[in-house]
Amino acid sequence: MQAENTHFAGGFTAPATDAAHAFRAAMNAMARPGQFFDITGAQAPAGISIAAGTLLLTLCDPETKLFLADDVDSEALRVWVTFHTGAPIVPAAEADFALGGWDALLPLDQYRIGTSEYPDRSATLIVEQPAFGAPTAVLSGPGIKDQIQMSLPDVTALQRNTLLFPLGIDLFFTAGSQVMALPRSSQISEEA
Amino acid sequence: MSDYNFAYLDEQTKRMIRRAILKGLAIPGYQVPFASREMPMPYGWGTGGVQVSAATLTPDDTFKVIDQGADDTTNAVSIRKFFERTANVATTEETDKADVIQTRHRIPEAVLREDQILVYQVPIPEPLRFLEPRETETRKMHALEEYGLMHVKLYEDISQHGAISTSYAYPVKVEGRYVMDPSPIPKFDNPKMDMPAIQLFGAGREQRIYAVPPYTKIVSLDFEDYPFEASKADHACDLCAAKDSYLDEVILDDQGNRMFVCSDTDYCRSRRAAGHVGRLGTKNQLEASA
Repeated sequence: MQAENTHFAGGFTAPATDAAHAFRAAMNAMARPGQFFDITGAQAPAGISIAAGTLLLTLCDPETKLFLADDVDSEALRVWVTFHTGAPIVPAAEADFALGGWDALLPLDQYRIGTSEYPDRSATLIVEQPAFGAPTAVLSGPGIKDQIQMSLPDVTALQRNTLLFPLGIDLFFTAGSQVMALPRSSQISEEA
Repeated sequence: MSDYNFAYLDEQTKRMIRRAILKGLAIPGYQVPFASREMPMPYGWGTGGVQVSAATLTPDDTFKVIDQGADDTTNAVSIRKFFERTANVATTEETDKADVIQTRHRIPEAVLREDQILVYQVPIPEPLRFLEPRETETRKMHALEEYGLMHVKLYEDISQHGAISTSYAYPVKVEGRYVMDPSPIPKFDNPKMDMPAIQLFGAGREQRIYAVPPYTKIVSLDFEDYPFEASKADHACDLCAAKDSYLDEVILDDQGNRMFVCSDTDYCRSRRAAGHVGRLGTKNQLEASA
């Protein structure tokens, strides 16, 4: 029997199929920048959204290094992550995945951006947001028919990431039980 | 079938494949290395596609498999059965009812939708491999965007044959950056790759996954004076009279008689059901194309 409010709680009920549904949402998000998708199944300790917790359980395991930014880092979350995924907690510069609010995750240049021969060896950021705000930028590029509006926390910093292509970081934005993504391939311009 | 984990692979393997797919989508056309597993079928029978499908399928999906366009060939039938057993997913032969379509060497004739996913089986993912056998070198060439050799190859085609004779696995440039092997699809299919569906590529033996997000710009390499041409046999389908579909040539006897039929069996079937009749077709839609 699972006790509430312990690190044993909040995992997938049916790990294989819950993860399959969650991955489909994550894949759709990464393939279609600027569109949001429902992603549910896991409940991380207080303060972490359902979407972010579900992403961690879907993508992290003992082979992926995880960075927890100051605003989300807590003993409760570390124990939960360790029990459910086994992902080692590391400093930002070594991370495959990083979780936190936007300000706490900065600066962006501390994350791995891959190498020219292996651009996939780069970090994926999971940016927690209270809600998806009003659009601040217009995106175009792979996955986008013509163009799409998206709310971004810092247009200039993310434009700089795009310039690194094919290097760079990729980002998931999570709010509640929804996820959006911004891959490095998206061209970003300021909302007119 | 509860003796298998959902979709055969263990969860850690699926996570590894899923991470590779996400990086592949973020860097369209770049080949992401992954730790390909032994599958219960030989390399060369679609183990890469099967692993990508296994990591992508959900229990709610309807799954379709085609081999050179056909739903009823050995490879397609066995992969479809594999997922019926291990993932308990619904299967179909109809393109518009499928959520995930695994394909060997064809893109369906019907235009795919945004909510569909096309998974390609890839034998040799590296478009430069037959020009440069060393992986260390081809990796450098991709890093430096050094694709001159590929144009030399196409030029040699022209100087020898008077035209670009490459007819399948015709190299494409993805969003102006990576040159990519579209898998051995006929070049007739290349223009269809600019599509609303997600395209995922799995090469099991070569341990590479790559991807093309919807609406990504895909340009077939060519020259100004020798532009790319999506060619097909200059006939109509002998069963359904389609003039716009890719055709297989079937030898009928040793007198030199032959017929041309749609390689996409579902497309041909649905056209015949709608009453189209080709040169050798009959009104009876149940008549098999074999």
